[in-house]
Amino acid sequence: MRYGVARFVTGFLALPVALYLFYVVWPFAQAAGYSLTDWGGYSDRQQFVGLENYVRLFSDELIRKAFWHNVFFLITVPLFTIALALFLAFLLNVGGREDRAGIRGVFGSGLYKIIFFFPQVLSLVVVAVMWQQIYRADGQGLINGVLMKIGLVDPENPITFMHDPAPFLGVPAVLWWLLLIAVWSGAGFYMVLFSAAMQSIPKDVFEAAILDGAGRFHTFFRITLPLLRDTVSVAWIYLGFIALDMYALVFVMTPSQGGPNHASEIFASVLNFTAFQKGQFGYACAMGVALAIFTILLAAVQLKITRRERIEY
Amino acid sequence: MSTVTHDPGPVGPDLVPPARTTSARRFGPGGRRPGTQVFNGFSHLFLLVWAIMVVYPLIWVVMSALKSDAEVIQQPLSLIPETLRWENFGRAWTEGQLGNFFLNTVLVLAGSVTLTMLLGSMAAYVLARYEFPGNRLLYYMFLSGLTLPIYLAAVPLFKGVYNTGVFFPPLGPNKHLMLILVYAAWSLAFTVFFMHSFFRTLPNAIAEAGLVDGASHTRLFFSVMLPMAKPGLISIGIFNVLGQWNQWYLPTLLMQSVAGEPKNQVIAQGLIDLSVNQGYKSDWSGLFAGVTMAMLPVLIVYIVFQRQVQSGLTAGVGK
Repeated sequence: MRYGVARFVTGFLALPVALYLFYVVWPFAQAAGYSLTDWGGYSDRQQFVGLENYVRLFSDELIRKAFWHNVFFLITVPLFTIALALFLAFLLNVGGREDRAGIRGVFGSGLYKIIFFFPQVLSLVVVAVMWQQIYRADGQGLINGVLMKIGLVDPENPITFMHDPAPFLGVPAVLWWLLLIAVWSGAGFYMVLFSAAMQSIPKDVFEAAILDGAGRFHTFFRITLPLLRDTVSVAWIYLGFIALDMYALVFVMTPSQGGPNHASEIFASVLNFTAFQKGQFGYACAMGVALAIFTILLAAVQLKITRRERIEY
Repeated sequence: MSTVTHDPGPVGPDLVPPARTTSARRFGPGGRRPGTQVFNGFSHLFLLVWAIMVVYPLIWVVMSALKSDAEVIQQPLSLIPETLRWENFGRAWTEGQLGNFFLNTVLVLAGSVTLTMLLGSMAAYVLARYEFPGNRLLYYMFLSGLTLPIYLAAVPLFKGVYNTGVFFPPLGPNKHLMLILVYAAWSLAFTVFFMHSFFRTLPNAIAEAGLVDGASHTRLFFSVMLPMAKPGLISIGIFNVLGQWNQWYLPTLLMQSVAGEPKNQVIAQGLIDLSVNQGYKSDWSGLFAGVTMAMLPVLIVYIVFQRQVQSGLTAGVGK
């Protein structure tokens, strides 16, 4: 390599790489190291304990609970969000005049898209604080207030939302209420994504289908949907990451950040609780490493399952 | 790619052969099935219901911000306040410290977004267009940051920042400069990933022509390649502004008071505190005013630049 190029490459990379190493890579590497110790976090005393922390993970009741809650979100968040987003995209794009070729969209579809996208630009914290008020367990909350007014809810016995650990379909009710917020804030974004993908399908595909006598529903389910496969699978992976990251909602909304009585614990909340409340940093780091391995495996599996040859137009 | 559907294109109904309209599947010369009307009606109904579900809570928050506390409690559902109480905003701005939160957020973002974009595109450019040993390794190092959960790094990161602060106070906890660097570092992974694929697509011929004309590599980057990557820069810029504006975990972790001085909170972090504190004080209208002030700027920016924001954020997933 010529001298000038080498100097240029080094000069351009030095700062970003240094910054990244110091603030991102080094903490991760340290966390992996601490996970093999019994470090408490506040003293400098630490002892190497080998894989003991990891062994402990498997017999920890709280971790097991959190793990299943994570799995619940991992399945339901992508499933409901994508189903709703596809349905909205379908309504938005398949309406309109039928005798025209292609995807057109109902009247006002541009406006709908702007509105549906709103929650995406809001901070999760804003969303959480807002829903905290919507979910209030008295007549002052939006949902309880409306339901009391029309007589569906007894004012003496309101819906308790975030304080309701009673299982519904085998899962604590509080998790279902959190799921509703996640779907509410995510559906619009994925609808816009799917709409954009639908519109990038060339018109002649639809013309051919119409010439062959396919109706609107046939066109959608036999042509549009199969061609969206790539986009849907990418969306699934992204929503998987978001599902693992429900922590903001749990942190702001649930009593004692994972309550009531640990009914809404997820991996991240147990990790923070263990590190900062119980002062077991070594053990918390082991949880983090386990979560990281789990995430990477999951991403790899999903990529493997959903990979298919791309269709070029 | 356009995200708005109104372009009927050159292909109109005329291209459909006339024989189609007389086929058994069609009713009348207009070529419409009676089901179409019903279906369109149903579409609109459902779309409208969802639109209301999205907008109604937002309007409810804004309107509650203009009520008195008594009204919030006695008539929580009414969307029209008896009198518009703008002083709620003043109270949230000064007593609720929203003013400070805004100032801190703007100061930090001004530095961190600039730094992220500059460093991110420099690294992405070199990694995308120059061959050297270790290139792949560095690229995958940046990429790996996308999959690792931030919580894992929390404890060592705080410890690292704390220790740095002992030697060099401006980089310690609760300092703007520190948060700028941390934001930039954590945003690099996605920025490098995104811009890398963008710089790859730029034609080689222009770069070579620039070098033949005697431009240095640095000059080539700043005056030729960077301007050519403008669409990508806008997308990732919007992505970073929104992402860092909404960031709450890093500031909650790092903007802690260590020596008893007041916390320099950013907006998302401050809002969490506000929701707890105003709850104790039962200052509901102040809380609603705080939430309103946190969300309106973002919503307005989005409505003005909605096309760029939508394509910027969806491009991040599409890549």
